[in-house]
Amino acid sequence: MNEVFDWGGVWDAMPAMLDGLVVALQATLIGYVIALILGLAFALLRRSGSRWVSMPVGFVVEFIRSTPLLVQLFFFFYVLPLIGVSVSPLATGAFALGLHYATYTSEVYRSGIDGVPPGQWEAARALNFSRRRTWTAIILPQAIPRVVPALANYVIAMFKDTPQLLAITVVEMLGAAVAIGSETFRYSEPVAAAGLVYLVVALVMAWLARIVERRFGQVRV
Amino acid sequence: MTGEDFITFEGVHKAFGKNVVLDDLSFSVKSGERVTLIGPSGSGKTTILRMLMTLTRPDRGVIGVDGDYLYHEKRGDELLPASEAHIRKVRQRITMVFQHFNLFPNMKVLRNVTEAPIHVLGKSKDEARERGKELLEMVGLGDKLNAHPSQLSGGQQQRVAIARALAVDPDVLLLDEVTSALDPEIAAEVLDVLRDIAKTTDTTMLCVTHAMKFARDVSHRVLMFNEGGIIEDGSPEKLFNEPEHERTQAFLRSVIDET
Repeated sequence: MNEVFDWGGVWDAMPAMLDGLVVALQATLIGYVIALILGLAFALLRRSGSRWVSMPVGFVVEFIRSTPLLVQLFFFFYVLPLIGVSVSPLATGAFALGLHYATYTSEVYRSGIDGVPPGQWEAARALNFSRRRTWTAIILPQAIPRVVPALANYVIAMFKDTPQLLAITVVEMLGAAVAIGSETFRYSEPVAAAGLVYLVVALVMAWLARIVERRFGQVRV
Repeated sequence: MTGEDFITFEGVHKAFGKNVVLDDLSFSVKSGERVTLIGPSGSGKTTILRMLMTLTRPDRGVIGVDGDYLYHEKRGDELLPASEAHIRKVRQRITMVFQHFNLFPNMKVLRNVTEAPIHVLGKSKDEARERGKELLEMVGLGDKLNAHPSQLSGGQQQRVAIARALAVDPDVLLLDEVTSALDPEIAAEVLDVLRDIAKTTDTTMLCVTHAMKFARDVSHRVLMFNEGGIIEDGSPEKLFNEPEHERTQAFLRSVIDET
């Protein structure tokens, strides 16, 4: 009985772990949508002509990016209820994850926007497009396809960060594995199984990202 | 052929760092006039077009377009820096064709031409498409409406860019070395298109080019630039046949073999 691995109990643990996987995927998906939208908003606000907008937003973005996700998770978990926002730990976790990664995606968007040739801005001006139309019809449709591969990779990074949600009582897959361990006093198998599932899901995501990249990442010049 | 002063530069000054590109420049262009700006590179010709297109701000001086100031608003007797809305309103009358075409690669050819009429001028889609097709037909690209810009040659792209510029019904058309990025043969095709346009419209044109034959054919007036100012201003016949200034003579000798 002293072997490190005894896989007998793992199959019994599978339903709980799959529930955990669903939670992890939910957090990733919701967080990712937040990161995509908020990241773009950050990137655009940092380019605002008004320094009263671009500077504070820049500060907030740098601040969030330079502090650990775990700290932000605890912060929102304990502070949101104080200001009257009571949402589930999963929602809090997905939001914190999305906000944290929005600071990374905003940099990705920025590099895409910087990659649009100056001649495109000049042509937009020569045809007298409004700022809004310049962004929505000319700049972003060229900037975003360039960064689709980089954006797609962040899904995987976010998925791998979901175990941190355990800190705010969200039982995702690793949490489920540890819970099983605490009942059976065997941790190695469920934790190893969780690791394996993470690997498989991450590989599937990487494969999907590659497909998305091939489909949308083409830029016509 | 010509009417009132339509574009006026008064005491316009521009320096990039220590390099003074335009030094206290004043000149005017009448409505319907076609003016070619010639001179050695770095003499400020392109900067003038870019200022009119509000791509480069003058350091000092005022630029007028049909009674309005491009960068200033009149409040009583005072000239104040113009709001973005004011600049947009005045800029509406001007458009520009660029050396490197600058078509929108994310739009097909026809949409490149119809996008501004629909979303800036507020024309209906049908009207804009109809007119867009007409213009593309005129520049010889009636069969490329659904092509992507990347599928076109340089000469074709530039002809689309010309159609795109005409589609916004400009009062002033700025042509910034529109054939400099093209092979001579292709450049000739593009210039032929522009010759036709010059013949059939009364659009005011300011043209920076090294194509001297074209300049001679289409312009009413030629301005010779050197070291931040205009050193000679006259009809193409006068300026090309009997240039007064030594610098003009030397410049023309150096470019005369070209188209």
